[in-house]
Amino acid sequence: MFAYIVRRVLATIPVMAIVALFVFSLLYIAPGDPAAVIAGDQATPDDVERIRASLGLDRPYLVRFGAWVWDIANGDLGVSIFTNLPVSTMIQQRIEPTLSLMIVTLILAVSIAVPMGVMAAWRQGTWIDRAVMGFAVLGFSVPVFVVGYVLAYIFALELDWLPVQGYTPLSRGFWPWFENLILPSVALGSVYIALIARITRATMLEVLQQDYIRTARAKGLNQSGILFLHALKNAAVPIITVIGLGIALLIGGAVVTESVFAIPGLGRLTVDAILRRDYPVIQGVVLLFSFIYVLVNLAIDLAYTLFDPRIRY
Amino acid sequence: MDRRSFLKAGVGAAGFAAAGVSAPAYSQAANRTLRFVPQSNLANFDPIWGTQYVVRNASAMVWDTLYGVNDKLEPQPQMIEGETISSDGLTWTFKLRSGLRFHDGEPVRAKDVVASINRWMPRDPMGQMVRAIQKELVAVDDTTFRWVLGSPYPKLKYALGKTNTPICFIMPERIATKFDSFTQITEYVGSGPMKFVKEAWVPGASAVFQKFDQYVPRNEAPSWLAGGKRMGVDRVEWVVMPDPATAAAALQNGEVDWWENPISDLVPLMRRNRNIRLDIADPLGNIGSFRMNHLHAPFNSKKVRQAVLAAMSQEDYMRALVGTDDALWKPLPGFFTPGTPGYTEAGGDILKGPRNMDLAKRLLQEGGYNNEPVICIVAQDQPITKAQGDITADLLKRMGMNVDFVATDWGTTGQRRAMKNPPNNGGWGMFHTWHAGADCVNPAAYNALRGTGQQAWFGWPESKGVEDGVTEWFNAPDTAAEKVALDKINTAAIDDVVYAPTGFFLGYTAWRSNVTGIQKGPLPFFWGVNKA
Repeated sequence: MFAYIVRRVLATIPVMAIVALFVFSLLYIAPGDPAAVIAGDQATPDDVERIRASLGLDRPYLVRFGAWVWDIANGDLGVSIFTNLPVSTMIQQRIEPTLSLMIVTLILAVSIAVPMGVMAAWRQGTWIDRAVMGFAVLGFSVPVFVVGYVLAYIFALELDWLPVQGYTPLSRGFWPWFENLILPSVALGSVYIALIARITRATMLEVLQQDYIRTARAKGLNQSGILFLHALKNAAVPIITVIGLGIALLIGGAVVTESVFAIPGLGRLTVDAILRRDYPVIQGVVLLFSFIYVLVNLAIDLAYTLFDPRIRY
Repeated sequence: MDRRSFLKAGVGAAGFAAAGVSAPAYSQAANRTLRFVPQSNLANFDPIWGTQYVVRNASAMVWDTLYGVNDKLEPQPQMIEGETISSDGLTWTFKLRSGLRFHDGEPVRAKDVVASINRWMPRDPMGQMVRAIQKELVAVDDTTFRWVLGSPYPKLKYALGKTNTPICFIMPERIATKFDSFTQITEYVGSGPMKFVKEAWVPGASAVFQKFDQYVPRNEAPSWLAGGKRMGVDRVEWVVMPDPATAAAALQNGEVDWWENPISDLVPLMRRNRNIRLDIADPLGNIGSFRMNHLHAPFNSKKVRQAVLAAMSQEDYMRALVGTDDALWKPLPGFFTPGTPGYTEAGGDILKGPRNMDLAKRLLQEGGYNNEPVICIVAQDQPITKAQGDITADLLKRMGMNVDFVATDWGTTGQRRAMKNPPNNGGWGMFHTWHAGADCVNPAAYNALRGTGQQAWFGWPESKGVEDGVTEWFNAPDTAAEKVALDKINTAAIDDVVYAPTGFFLGYTAWRSNVTGIQKGPLPFFWGVNKA
């Protein structure tokens, strides 16, 4: 197992290198000019050219790529073209809100979607099943920002129970932190809940047809024990796979959710950087997301062994 | 008190009691903080290096100016005690008023002023003009500096006090000399009424400004950048909200106090809320622009450009921008800001009256239009350019032109519009933008109106008539002569179609009813604003 983990961690290096090359090249060939954005609308072409030169954007591709890779190898993600702040500082400022949003969403989604899926499978064909599937269709169909606006309207504007926007760091207390995350997590989690609930239902339906479930029932085991201890454990591998894949969905959804609820997270940082062509920030954030995604996949692979003893690395 | 505040107050009271802080004291502190939603993200904080309006607006709190224009567009002394001008108008001697201090505690000295002016001049159109005729700019002593020019420049005080970016802000010499105009500063030390709290700055999310207790305001009443900059609050927090609906909801909910630029779609919603006040933000408004490439076909033909003027309906453009609210727009048969002394309609007949599609088609034919594609670069991420672009695509098609609509973003537009290549080789035919009305009150900072050909702003129009008029305006001895020059500029700019104005439009600003003292103007002025 340990050797496997080491191998997988080492395998992230070429993956990250390819991501780095891809992102850098894509940004190099993409249209847009940060110097023009910095200079403002009144600037003359000469001003723009001078700013471009001062930022080193007039250097050849290989020189710029070489310098960037050298900095990365030395643990330096570079400095934002616009803010003049180190990219690592900007990521540090933004990572807590995004991680908080993703963790709360993940907990919320799994704790709601898995029981929903199990119940739907157990009561297949009944109104419970249809209600769960109806909810899943809604979750897939209604965009995250629409869910966000509706929730904000009801719970913030009309009922005045929760804030409309913003983020409070956890260091200022649990409730202020959690209060700001409830609506965004529900909004972001809606599609995630739908996805996990559907997969849980489908997998559970398959498992519940197995002989050992019939045997368990024949032996007189209670229903909840059969569902959650025997069936769910055996259905867990595909569910965990989907939860892991859904992390990418969360990262994408966080961009929209952070904008709707004005949460100063990495999603908004990425969008702002792309619109302004702040290359060092885009490169740094994409590398970070790639790294997180690689690690999540590793964690999922390792989690398989907990649920299926036949899987060994 | 709203429900959530009430609930919080209950919980809070226990907490305050435990901490030995009285609830009214906390409430008073909250009332001394103004939460403001700016027009966009404060992505950098160097008003010379980055000339975006949002940077200027924040900078006006932190850095002070030598002069400041008031709401009559007259430059008034701000950091300056007084000036003397030699009889030939070539030597200006300025004296700083006493008590000026930077936020690091150091006094403001004449050498700081000289260094700041030297950093500002290369980036500012008026600064460049002064630099071209400058013979000497020196600090005479700690409070006096002298500027010697080779020829008279009557608009010098206006140049030092205007609201157009870049504003001539004064910073310590050690910063102004360490970073040239094209390098971003890393230390934000000004002598304005508010200090920038660098540690609390999260670009894209928030920025915080704290009252500078040692600031000595002038005695006059505040008016734009002029007069006494007395802060009515101790702290100003900028909360960046990319989504207008969220900003509207936050304002309705009392989570923010002032929203700089609500979009017109949301104005009716906010009007229904008795806790919200709305008013025109800036009476100088904005001018929409249809900018053509004068270097290449089809718009290298004057008649083809005039065809656009003959056919375009400014009402269509303006309604696409501001909706049905007629208070928010005006037709503009010219280039200067309505309601200002420089406004003129001279030569603007082609933009008045019913639109003449037959004339437009005839002009196209006479101009030799040969079905060349018109590459329209339209930034979709800017509501103002997107709305104008949609109208233009329809207009040009109706005129019988071959439209190649390139939907892109503002960053790409900024890059592509700088390319002088032919349109079929990475160049372009037209793009949309807009100009703040404050920049268009006269030719001083109006880059987009200049007709200097290859040296002109994007599109590179060449117009001798405009340039002659601009020279006359700068040398004008009085307002009557200025008016003659402005008429000449307007006439020539329409005849040569330097650009096609799509109309004049205004925007609202919105604030909570417990906030008072908000001035109408080209930027949000925070001095004089109080929160009950």
